[in-house]
Amino acid sequence: MMPAIRAKASGKTAFVNVRLLDPATGLDQTGGLLMQDGIIADIGPSVTRDKLPSDCRVIDGQGLCLAPGLVDMRVQVREPGFEHQETIETAGKSASVGGVTTMIALPNTDPVIDDVAGVEFVARRARKVGLAKVFVYGAVSKGIEGHEITEMGLLHQAGAVAFCDGVQTIASARLLRQALSYATFFDGMIVQHPEEPELSRGAHMNSGELATRLGLSGVSPLAEVIQIERDIRLAEMTGGRLHFAHISTGESVEVIRRAKKRGLKITCDTAPFYFALNENAVSDYRTFAKLSPPLRAEDDRQAIVMGLADGTIDAIASDHNPQDQDSKRLPFAQAAAGGVGLETLLPITLELYHNGHMSLLDAIGKVTHAPAKLMKLENHGTLAAGSAADIVVFDPGRPAKIDPYKFQSKSKNSPFDGRLIQGIVLRTLIDGREVFTHPSCIEGS
Amino acid sequence: MGPEADHYPHPHLLGIEGLTPGEITLILDRAQHYAEKNRTADKTSNILAGSTVVNLFYENSTRTLTSFELAAKRLGADVINMTVGTSSVKKGETLIDTAMTLNAMNPDALVVRHADSGAVKLLSEKVNCAVLNAGDGRHEHPTQALLDALTIRRHKGRLHRLTVAICGDIAHSRVARSNILLLNTMGSRVRLIAPPTLIPSKIDRMGVEIFHDMEEGLKDCDIVMMLRLQLERMEGSFIPSVREYFHFHGLDRAKLANAKPDALIMHPGPMNRGVEIDSEVADDVERSVIREQVEMGVAVRMAALEILVQNHRNLAGGHS
Repeated sequence: MMPAIRAKASGKTAFVNVRLLDPATGLDQTGGLLMQDGIIADIGPSVTRDKLPSDCRVIDGQGLCLAPGLVDMRVQVREPGFEHQETIETAGKSASVGGVTTMIALPNTDPVIDDVAGVEFVARRARKVGLAKVFVYGAVSKGIEGHEITEMGLLHQAGAVAFCDGVQTIASARLLRQALSYATFFDGMIVQHPEEPELSRGAHMNSGELATRLGLSGVSPLAEVIQIERDIRLAEMTGGRLHFAHISTGESVEVIRRAKKRGLKITCDTAPFYFALNENAVSDYRTFAKLSPPLRAEDDRQAIVMGLADGTIDAIASDHNPQDQDSKRLPFAQAAAGGVGLETLLPITLELYHNGHMSLLDAIGKVTHAPAKLMKLENHGTLAAGSAADIVVFDPGRPAKIDPYKFQSKSKNSPFDGRLIQGIVLRTLIDGREVFTHPSCIEGS
Repeated sequence: MGPEADHYPHPHLLGIEGLTPGEITLILDRAQHYAEKNRTADKTSNILAGSTVVNLFYENSTRTLTSFELAAKRLGADVINMTVGTSSVKKGETLIDTAMTLNAMNPDALVVRHADSGAVKLLSEKVNCAVLNAGDGRHEHPTQALLDALTIRRHKGRLHRLTVAICGDIAHSRVARSNILLLNTMGSRVRLIAPPTLIPSKIDRMGVEIFHDMEEGLKDCDIVMMLRLQLERMEGSFIPSVREYFHFHGLDRAKLANAKPDALIMHPGPMNRGVEIDSEVADDVERSVIREQVEMGVAVRMAALEILVQNHRNLAGGHS
């Protein structure tokens, strides 16, 4: 079911003298990691240069961090149908530079991924490209039209890891109830874009003082929490697994926190945009900061940070939504929403650690183990022996500046354009095969 | 005024936001000069002779377009009117494409109206000439606020310590935003009066008082500024009916009686008579200054064009 990637690396390679970070097992220790034929063979403080087999290629990590490759649970690869914005290949390049080894693609392509052929197409293309492991969401409704549920069981069997209607809200309570209920027979998860469509129709940013000053239609943060509250009732009624994507408001965090306390199968994620930026980023009609959901007020941003820190928000997804220049170089109301996310996922997530909100291990867990667990991707997002050697090596302290024109993504629209960051990816490996090496890395030093 | 009063340092006039009292006064003083000149037989000058002004209107507006055209012509500029309907957008030409094309023709000023907030600013970033915002979406309409200010100043002798009620469709009004900014900057108090559905979120943070009841809101006001109900911009039910709207929020004699006896009645036009304003009030020669607003519009636009085009000429001279 897993889309196999190109041939695994053969032979033995080891990283020594690295800070091992494995949120799945709670490991945060200096040591080494031995890979054999693309599988993690050994890990821990006992893996040192002098104890490695003589035929092993050894890389000295110089005390830098080694973690599981990132698992990005919300990516728009845009292929098929929108190849002028992104392809599986360019998304793969973007992922490898960002330390992302596994991504879950949304089904809102053209054609929509609502049948087995669509699932298999993406798997086949990803295998051929070989830059990242690509899984897909199956559409909840045929054609993402919100009327009839898809052949969810067959999609699941073909490899769809969960179900969503892309960037559309599953607005029909009847349809969502049916989908949640039907998916329980194979424990499938439904992912909702929580935004009450009637309340958010025609809106372009967060409602409030700034929207009023700029003369833009705003969507109240209430549109999000109203949708979440309704859907929680449906999840409770059906016993289904319901996940809310990219939550952005303080009230959403609070409502989900309460639902979790009641033992419901409710989970959620957020994107770096919502804990690192607030609505002021759209001042001057900056279309790069036009996102869906829109950037919120500062107190919402702070609540999202708190939700991540206390575990209410399970995971962080990049919400990679590449747009071509022509879709952004327009008056704000006409511009498309979305931003490139793959290449900034790790450094922006590291801000949670640098700002003292989370431990390094916990922050990394939100982009590795947590999404892998949500998607039931065994042997992903962990460094446990026997797992695939999907690895990222990064320097959490090195400063850099985000320059979208250096992105590997086909699109260059990032609300983080020009942001000063701390932390860069140095190496990305998939099944032990190095798919990205930062120019500054001198192998074997 | 302070030393800033004799200089307008901005390359464009995109909004009232960011203008100082001195800069506003500078434009108004110059506009006052043109207001007087426009009442004489010799209305024209050659101060902008040789320059080209392009009126680029993405939204129809006969009144504003004519006002800008007349202003530019009275200053001796060559004027080109381009009314760009939605058809060119359908053909695929974007705002920036149009801007680049026009810029290549080296105009001295672009006067732009657009249905989207921020569109004029976007355009101003792509051209080398002065850009005047003739209304962008719900954002700003600076020359309207300036002409309103000039009209008020001519009657009240000042722009500070006045109580101004802006009534009606605040939510969809760029005129309201520009007027709030200008009147606050100049030291007057602004009240907004409208049903709750037409009051935008958190607008109280712009330093205004909110009223839903006309009688209460109009009490002791110096100026009553009515706004056009923009039904074409409304999606969904903002008001139950025009009849109900007029009943509660239309300006008639009875409601006006709450304002000061010498309160001025203003309206940016075009008026929906019997919707937001009663004809009896609109046509009251003692109180209504609606026609004078139109007259001041030409004067204000002459002043703005003169100042901006000359700024650009000086800049160009400085670089050469």
